[in-house]
Amino acid sequence: MAVWKFSSCDGCQLTLLDCEDALLAVADRVELAYFLEAGADGGDDGGERGSSLFDLSLVEGSVSTPNDVERIRMVRRRSRRLVTIGACASSGGIQALRNFADVEEFLGIVYAQPQFISTLATSTGISDHVPVDFELRGCPVDKRQLLAVIAAFANGDPPPVRGHSVCIECKHAGTVCVAVAGDIACLGPMTHAGCGALCPTYHRGCYGCFGPAEDANVAAMGVELRRRGVEDGDVALALHTFNAWAPELRDPEGER
Amino acid sequence: MTHRPPATRTLKVDALARVEGEGAMHVEVRDGRLHDVQLRIYEPPRFFEAFLRGRRYTEPADITARICGICPVAYQMSACSAIEDACGVVVDGPLRDLRRLLYCGEWIESHVLHIVLLHAPDFLGYENAIEMAGDHRERVEAGLALKKVGNDVLELLGGRAIHPVNVRVGGFYRVPTRAELEPLVDPLRRALDTALAMVEWVAGFEFPEAGHSMELVALSDPSDYAVMGGRLRSTGGLDIASAEFSDHIVESHVEHSTALHAHLLERGEFLVGPLARFALNHAQLGDEARHAAAAAGLEPGERNSFRSIVVRAVEVVQSCSEALRIIEGYERPDAPNVAVEPRAGVGTGWTEAPRGTLWHRYEIDDAGTILDATIVPPTSQNQPAIEHDLFHFVEANLDLSDDELRHRSEQLIRNYDPCISCATHFLDLTVDRT
Repeated sequence: MAVWKFSSCDGCQLTLLDCEDALLAVADRVELAYFLEAGADGGDDGGERGSSLFDLSLVEGSVSTPNDVERIRMVRRRSRRLVTIGACASSGGIQALRNFADVEEFLGIVYAQPQFISTLATSTGISDHVPVDFELRGCPVDKRQLLAVIAAFANGDPPPVRGHSVCIECKHAGTVCVAVAGDIACLGPMTHAGCGALCPTYHRGCYGCFGPAEDANVAAMGVELRRRGVEDGDVALALHTFNAWAPELRDPEGER
Repeated sequence: MTHRPPATRTLKVDALARVEGEGAMHVEVRDGRLHDVQLRIYEPPRFFEAFLRGRRYTEPADITARICGICPVAYQMSACSAIEDACGVVVDGPLRDLRRLLYCGEWIESHVLHIVLLHAPDFLGYENAIEMAGDHRERVEAGLALKKVGNDVLELLGGRAIHPVNVRVGGFYRVPTRAELEPLVDPLRRALDTALAMVEWVAGFEFPEAGHSMELVALSDPSDYAVMGGRLRSTGGLDIASAEFSDHIVESHVEHSTALHAHLLERGEFLVGPLARFALNHAQLGDEARHAAAAAGLEPGERNSFRSIVVRAVEVVQSCSEALRIIEGYERPDAPNVAVEPRAGVGTGWTEAPRGTLWHRYEIDDAGTILDATIVPPTSQNQPAIEHDLFHFVEANLDLSDDELRHRSEQLIRNYDPCISCATHFLDLTVDRT
């Protein structure tokens, strides 16, 4: 197995190191051949410039530089299965907010010497560039799901991940609906499950860090948010965070 | 040594392992003299400070957490404190204690990650922790168990360990009852014992000779081992409030890095992080941590970066004791947060991330829209210091073979636990010195 990083915070690959109880057991069963943050540099032929093949590649991060475009093709060529982990790799991440702005202006805001910086005008998910075998959602991914997906690919099983909304998870957990009972704005109805409905457990509305569920109705979500008192401009902000470049959210009807 | 290394050589490490983020190292030797040393940061720019403009004042706690998956709480705490400053709100009492407790979880998790999984293999001669576990399974398992207690604190209080969901300006969305914190007590007591054993373990490593005379900079407060605030003090007499930060610390943009380089105005490189905190604040350590530090032979003036691993272990002890102290004295506040109403103005705030001081500044309008944001993370402050330390270390060890020198240099970089993901986002330049 290999773990590759593109533009990201490192949190999703760190999730693997956060599986404290399972980490050594995983390492007993799966060879972590290339995982730079954990110190596995792949040896002479297994690193960035090598040519060895991997049974499974986990890819964290978005494509945001000219070099990334080449590099993700190299990763794809060397991977029998390629699984993306997290919002950056699925839909470009929070850094995809640049896609709605002028990147030259962003460069000027941040850097004194923009000519030193090599960047693309957009930050995009991996599947915009190469075929992807599975996308695990989340900002960050959930560690139980991550382990389940690694196990499934190791055993040749389909990944045990469902595409329904966070609402279903609240029902499973017996969590009282924060929107209905608490009049709190909650993105749960349109957000992909996987976190275990964390935010409502903490009396907070879901803020959508797992991105759109497979049947997300974004327009209806906007209506619901307004009903909870969210103003127009804030509805657009609420929908444009960690998965803003997901196709369903890129230009939600009437929200921009 | 049978062969003299060539008089002219270039050492490169294209992708540094066991650091957070993407970096490389470049050393040039010309005619037997060290010509140049660069810690290259090629982590792609993510433009946080640019896209924060136009966002709501309530959002940086969630958005800036995404700068770093290893220390998201540091970003949340510095962001909240800066925005609360702009809005004229002070969060203290049990809410502040709970924030401190959450932060203890992050220090434990982050420090133990670095000590056991990233750094110890350097001292014991392994490629990585998984290989190390082959010979030292109990040490690695104990370390993972200790790290897990840090994550347990984060998960209980924050909802999850990476990018906790329960943090907001003014405090939390939901605060735990005393009974809900109780299950952390026994694991934290065991963690304290493990941490004390870890101090002994790492203090017994062999440390190469190294040292520097750089100014050490950290938050400092007479009442505790400062993490959540205080004044910024240094071994060179710096003593400033957070609003004065940018008057004293300036950043420049160099070609080999997508992170900006920070300097103390008219004084040059400086160092933040564990060695600096210990130098300035060792007297404020709790009893357990102070005794552990003394038993480990740590001197307040310690300047060998290889020994930073011992200071980190002492800080894990401190975090475990502090967490236990907070839980013991905890009384659930009446409300999970204090109201923070927006008002036009500028606010600054800082806290001690595991890697050092993290400063945020926000300008907001009276509706709470962010007009300007500046974030100075610890690794961009340390990058010139790391290069400086590396330069002198390489210069003093030019007789080593390329492989040995490369290995030792990588190890020296890891001494600083550089978080390259953090370092790579930037602020408005005030000085251009390229």
